[in-house]
Amino acid sequence: MSAVQIDKLWSTFHTNGVESVIHKDLDLTIAPGEFLSLVGGSGSGKTVLLRQILGLETPTRGSVTVMGRPAAEMGRTGAASRVGMLFQHGALFSAFTVLENIAFPLRELRTLPPDLVRDAAMVKLQMVGLDPSQAHKMPADLSGGMVKRVALARALIMDPPLLLLDEPTAGLDPDLSDAFCELLRSLHQELGLTVVMVTHDLDTIYELSTRIAVVAEKHVIVNASPREVIAFPHPFVHAFFLGGRGHRAMALLRNPPQGV
Amino acid sequence: MSTVEDSQSRIVFEDLPEGECAMVLGGWTAAQLAVPSHWEAVQSALQRAATHGASMRWDLRQVQRMDHSGAQLLWNAWGRHWPARLELLEPQRAMLERVARFSVAPPRLQRMSSLAAFEHLGEGLFRVAGHIQGAVRIVGQLALDLLQLARHPGRAPWRDISGHLYHIGATALPITALVGFLIGVVLAYLMSQQLRQFGADAFIVNILGISLIRELGPVLAAILIAGRSGSAITAQIGVMRVTEELDAMRVMGIAKGFRLVMPRVIAMAVAMPLLTVWTTVAALLGGMLAADLAMGLTPAYFVTALPKAVELSNLWLAIGKSTVFGVLIALIGCHYGLRVQPNTESLGQGTTASVVTSITVVILVDALFAVVFKNVGI
Repeated sequence: MSAVQIDKLWSTFHTNGVESVIHKDLDLTIAPGEFLSLVGGSGSGKTVLLRQILGLETPTRGSVTVMGRPAAEMGRTGAASRVGMLFQHGALFSAFTVLENIAFPLRELRTLPPDLVRDAAMVKLQMVGLDPSQAHKMPADLSGGMVKRVALARALIMDPPLLLLDEPTAGLDPDLSDAFCELLRSLHQELGLTVVMVTHDLDTIYELSTRIAVVAEKHVIVNASPREVIAFPHPFVHAFFLGGRGHRAMALLRNPPQGV
Repeated sequence: MSTVEDSQSRIVFEDLPEGECAMVLGGWTAAQLAVPSHWEAVQSALQRAATHGASMRWDLRQVQRMDHSGAQLLWNAWGRHWPARLELLEPQRAMLERVARFSVAPPRLQRMSSLAAFEHLGEGLFRVAGHIQGAVRIVGQLALDLLQLARHPGRAPWRDISGHLYHIGATALPITALVGFLIGVVLAYLMSQQLRQFGADAFIVNILGISLIRELGPVLAAILIAGRSGSAITAQIGVMRVTEELDAMRVMGIAKGFRLVMPRVIAMAVAMPLLTVWTTVAALLGGMLAADLAMGLTPAYFVTALPKAVELSNLWLAIGKSTVFGVLIALIGCHYGLRVQPNTESLGQGTTASVVTSITVVILVDALFAVVFKNVGI
């Protein structure tokens, strides 16, 4: 069974009475264990697609199935054990400490004793490379890199098999960005996650992806391994991957990511 | 990843020749364990296992799916060390090793020491001093800006002023009229019940006239506008801080006092008295209607009796008072807006503080007016 299955998806938006079509007959299948990067120009609806997988938005037509269930059921109780989402700006609850943020989905089950919840949250805190001394800090006191790590720990607290990432390295400096990529790759391998990532950063794409899906002309024009995608004859693919930035980032491909 | 739903998490004990064996079965995940009936069964089984101590053999190979919370539960039940006899799969071992490596207690929360409490008090004092300083500065800046306006009226931001007049004044007309009308109706109805006992029905005109024109009209309008436009002023300026628009203005050399504070103060000073008269008229209409319905006091009588009952100076006092209220509400809104820190939490706190402060100040200043002008118009 595929982790995510999108069939004949149409997305339309109304702005000032004008209807604009973002997706038209879009098909996408994501196999379990893949690290898939969604690539496309600005406004091509990558983030919309991510939100539709999460059930935050309903497509105009077509179906989105996640782990064998319709995406519309995603937001129901227990969603945290089915899918984890890393929002672009972390979306940490500003009223909670780091530890309370991470433990929140577990605590909301209201059965597990507080010390078990706390232990589980401490384990996740350290799995994402944070020091135990950060546990009682407030989100406002954290740096950008730390916010992303805490948000990742929170997304993973119930070990969901599917993890979605929206621009995971945006706003991080190159060092932090590399370290965060390293963390994502090791978690992907250790936990056997299926990961779907939206990003514009070519370094991140090359470093992590086992598959790349390119969204252009309102549908997925190609969904294949990084090398096959680069070889795909299409103006957008050519401009995106083989422009000046593309060539510099391509050096990373010599050490392709380890398949799972 | 399986389509099959995880089944109930449970522990089954088996008596084998080499000793008792605890078979861990089912979905060993937080979602499964959190079902109250599962949790109670697992707890009692873990307690039973604990009585056997180190001799117990553990078998995890039949577990459907295990997550870190489940692994944590087992690890804690084992007293945080590996049991002597344990059968498990490789991924489970890796997960348990991670849990073992990272299981530490969080650092203790620091209790507030007496020194910290003292420092807290000091911070509070500095905060109050900061508010006073900010208030003095904003009033002084306003005086300078008004001076500049008088010297070069052509350069004033007239469009801003007219825009604020519309948003603060014109768009507030329906809500102030509605609230004023209803208050007038309620007041007149209650009064009529009381006055009838003394046979003093006709005095309702005096009571309504004085109370609505002199007190309720200005205060009601001021409180509504403080909640509606005072908060909006703080939120607008606060958002400009969060989105760095204030910094952008500063970099371009545009004075925020002249362009942000002064237009709002002027608009408020003009709109507030007009809204007060509007609210008072609505309240009087409501009172007139209720008096007619409850006591049969005709509107014609009401209208002719009103000028005799209420001196004109009451109206001038109300208008003067409401101008002061308007200036204060605008200044407080701007003051809190400019103090917002560039984060969303501070924006919310600033808006709340602005509304609470401006309503409090309106009522305080109203009391002050009542004392100072106690000989006027009564």
